[in-house]
Amino acid sequence: MSHAASLNPDYVDEAGRPIYHPVEEPHHPEGHSTMLGFWMYLMSDCLIFAMLFAVYAVVGANYAAGPAPKDLFDLPLVALNTSMLLLSSITYGFAMLAMVKNRTAQMQTWLAITGVFGLCFLGIELYEFAHMIHLGATPQRSAFLSAFFVLVGTHGLHVTFGCIWLVTLMVQVWRKGLIPANKRRLMCLSLFWHFLDVIWIGVFTFVYLFGMLR
Amino acid sequence: MIFGRLDWNALPFHEPILVATFTVVVLGGLATLGLITRYKLWGYLWTEWFTTVDHKKIGIMYMILGIVMLLRGFADAVMMRLQQAMAFGGAEGYLNAHHYDQIFTAHGVIMIFFVAMPLITGLMNYLVPLQIGARDVSFPFLNNFSFWMTTAGAVLVMASLFIGEFARTGWLAYPPLSGIGYSPGVGVDYYIWALQIAGVGTTLSGINLIATIVKMRAPGMGLMKMPVFTWTSLCANVLIVASFPVLTAVLALLTADRYIGTNFFTNDFGGNPMMYVNLIWIWGHPEVYILVLPLFGVFSEVTSTFSGKKLFGYTSMVYATVVITILSYLVWLHHFFTMGSGASVNSFFGITTMIISIPTGAKLFNWLFTMYRGRIRFELPMMWTVAFMLTFVVGGMTGVMLAVPPADFVLHNSLFLIAHFHNVIIAGVLFGLFAAINFWWPKAFGFKLDKTWGLVSFWCWVIGFWVAFAPLYVLGFMGVTRRMRVFDDPSYQIWFIIAAVGVGIIAVGILAMLIQFAVSIINRDKLRDETGDPWHGRTLEWSTSSPPPDYNFAKTPIIHDSDAWWDMKTRGYERPTDGYKPIHMPSNTGAGVILAGLSTVMGFALIWYMWWLAALSFFALIAYAIFHTFNYKRDYYIPAETVQATEDAHTKALAAAAAKG
Amino acid sequence: MSAEAHNDHAVDHHHDDHHGDDHDHGSFKTYMIGFLLSVVLTAIPFWLVMTGALPAATTGLIITAFAVVQIVVHMIFFLHMNHKSEGGWNMLALIFTIVVVVIAVAGSVWVMYHLNVNMMPTHDMQTMG
Repeated sequence: MSHAASLNPDYVDEAGRPIYHPVEEPHHPEGHSTMLGFWMYLMSDCLIFAMLFAVYAVVGANYAAGPAPKDLFDLPLVALNTSMLLLSSITYGFAMLAMVKNRTAQMQTWLAITGVFGLCFLGIELYEFAHMIHLGATPQRSAFLSAFFVLVGTHGLHVTFGCIWLVTLMVQVWRKGLIPANKRRLMCLSLFWHFLDVIWIGVFTFVYLFGMLR
Repeated sequence: MIFGRLDWNALPFHEPILVATFTVVVLGGLATLGLITRYKLWGYLWTEWFTTVDHKKIGIMYMILGIVMLLRGFADAVMMRLQQAMAFGGAEGYLNAHHYDQIFTAHGVIMIFFVAMPLITGLMNYLVPLQIGARDVSFPFLNNFSFWMTTAGAVLVMASLFIGEFARTGWLAYPPLSGIGYSPGVGVDYYIWALQIAGVGTTLSGINLIATIVKMRAPGMGLMKMPVFTWTSLCANVLIVASFPVLTAVLALLTADRYIGTNFFTNDFGGNPMMYVNLIWIWGHPEVYILVLPLFGVFSEVTSTFSGKKLFGYTSMVYATVVITILSYLVWLHHFFTMGSGASVNSFFGITTMIISIPTGAKLFNWLFTMYRGRIRFELPMMWTVAFMLTFVVGGMTGVMLAVPPADFVLHNSLFLIAHFHNVIIAGVLFGLFAAINFWWPKAFGFKLDKTWGLVSFWCWVIGFWVAFAPLYVLGFMGVTRRMRVFDDPSYQIWFIIAAVGVGIIAVGILAMLIQFAVSIINRDKLRDETGDPWHGRTLEWSTSSPPPDYNFAKTPIIHDSDAWWDMKTRGYERPTDGYKPIHMPSNTGAGVILAGLSTVMGFALIWYMWWLAALSFFALIAYAIFHTFNYKRDYYIPAETVQATEDAHTKALAAAAAKG
Repeated sequence: MSAEAHNDHAVDHHHDDHHGDDHDHGSFKTYMIGFLLSVVLTAIPFWLVMTGALPAATTGLIITAFAVVQIVVHMIFFLHMNHKSEGGWNMLALIFTIVVVVIAVAGSVWVMYHLNVNMMPTHDMQTMG
């Protein structure tokens, strides 16, 4: 029924007999699945955003005789916002470089700067939303505006949670140092943060730039 | 304003059926709570079950949840059958539209989200780590949290029975009917929050099981040496992670429409209700493959075990599963051929729908070829499998009929459709689950299930299914629409009466299954299996004791060939009896219960517009989640002496069983 | 595993961390390259749209292409995506997600376009009939 040919060659003793249990138990250290698991969570989040983009693509031109992108979008402001987010991405990158070298203080500094850029991004976005609402361009006004506020707003909510997570991690590193668990968490936040910048590329291109092109 | 829109009117004092149900539930609940208190089991339940991160116990809890909700969902079915059998010739039946519409909505929501999903999740949770030679899943705490989030969703659905009402929109809640204009009450909000909360659990569980299968396989278990059930679980979980976010997004947009007045799916201001239908079916079609793929894996395991043969065509089984996974994203429009997308779109999706039936057909042939020239043992799992093959095939064929757009234009939303999907889901998912339960119960509990009551349940289900659903195929051809409460044409009535008889037979089948469980537990010593391998199994879970120890494997196995346990047995494997090392295990935690509990409160508050409570519970949720992350010490070691003692007990039991048999 | 088991790995400052996974963390150089590329790939689309230098359809194509390229730049230089991380599973998950996203988004736009086109003509300007 079973022949030597199907034996696993890595686990055969000198006499050619199969070994059924390793001498050393396989090492599944704490957190060995974390990066893969978090990446998959990010893929699922990507899908949520993709659906919001799809909805925007379908109803994004339904202005219901209300304000259209050209009436509302302030491209210089969006360019400023985009640069805030892009800068925050690179400062987080510098934080990670410091983390790998175990330079805790330097890392915390770069994280703080990242947080500041993130808050600037949010502040500018909130200002933009407030201004639009003040003009009567509310989420309820039309399907275009509903899709705009939900897509851009969901991204903003993610950035908000990212900032909360950032502060939490800074506290946790301050208390426990750069232990492996904290490093894993910082790497997860790194993926999250850069991923949000990737989504923003889609937002500024397909919402703001295309909006002004129509 | 403290209670939002909740007031005394929400309680159904004037509905006799609900008052009676509530009384029974309260009495039964109090009796259960009383018994637990009397036997001082609260501590035991909390430390051993509610806070467990052991995948086996979590799997069992999922199964219990699913079976309990099956009873509720089935009660809804019985009520519908009775109503439809009697509402002819001017008779209104005993259910008005207000109730009837909630019943068919709840029936669908419960059966899909709170019966089928928990049962397959429970099965995969229990089995996958054992089948791959691992000690637990990748993220044990998340596993516990996922279970409680699913339970939270079920709690909200059940609460809607007694506080307020449920949605009256059908199980997918299409707008504009589900929008705030046409459904201003709490029903659709119960629906939304129950599904969103449970959905978080499901998505995280999907990520968990994928990571487990990718990262935690025993040495030597390459992907093409995994058991087929593990393969189908992998693909089902990939579908979960790649489809539930769509549901999350769509329900969130409906929520925005209802709570803040956006115009995604409204009839005016540029909204597009058809977009909801489109998006929700992008989720909905992969969902049905999520439900059935794990059971296809079960059938593979059962067929090979009870035919005494290696599964025929392992490689083609794997490829068929992967092909189904990918193709399931290309067929979704067949659920709404009639919505008007036109010939080009309909043709494309009609063709893809026909193509997707091919890999399933390939699987069926592989099972048949496995049985061919095998020494078949007709134990209950095998009987359920044969019943599946014969029944499912009919359902599959009616599906291919519906795949033809012009045919679907006549049959869409008729009882033919209802018969089709119950045909494939009951035969595929439910019969598969019954096969699985009978197959793996001895592994989980250490004793077999009573065969006599199992046979009663089996025959009642198989006969009952056909008596209940064949008439629906007939009625569908006669042009009868789904979800109807009252009928004019008296020629339909005989068919509805036959269907009602069928559901009565199924009821006996369900009762027989519950009796089977009870009798088996009472007679467990007579039904005891000490070997851990009562069926001459082929995969690794059968190499452990029944039930397996907390750590599953005292020493991680090394895999040489697929059907790893069978391979080990035929090579003369000798179980080691010493040389054990301490085993690293994750600690129990109450965080999952707390987080899910807070989510339930938040959901309830949002449903009833108790904004202060919604905000409070939301912040408590975030705060507690952050607090939980400050706990870094989440593990412990089982000492080598404990492992030795546990293994020694199993050695003794094996020797006793060998001496007896 | 608890922290004390990893003291002996503290020496290893390489791009790889103590679990033996091939985690790439990049370097100052790669982050700067990524950053500068991103700046250029952002500035040009903004400039094109704000000045209207090219016709709308052409601009649309160019900014779409630039967005795709910038996403790839982010993936490589910031997310350190490569075919080796997590044994290739990260890449596989990404490709699968992209396939699903393309099918769902393109499919939805196609389906919704046809559904809309087949709607009865409305008699009212603002509201759908």
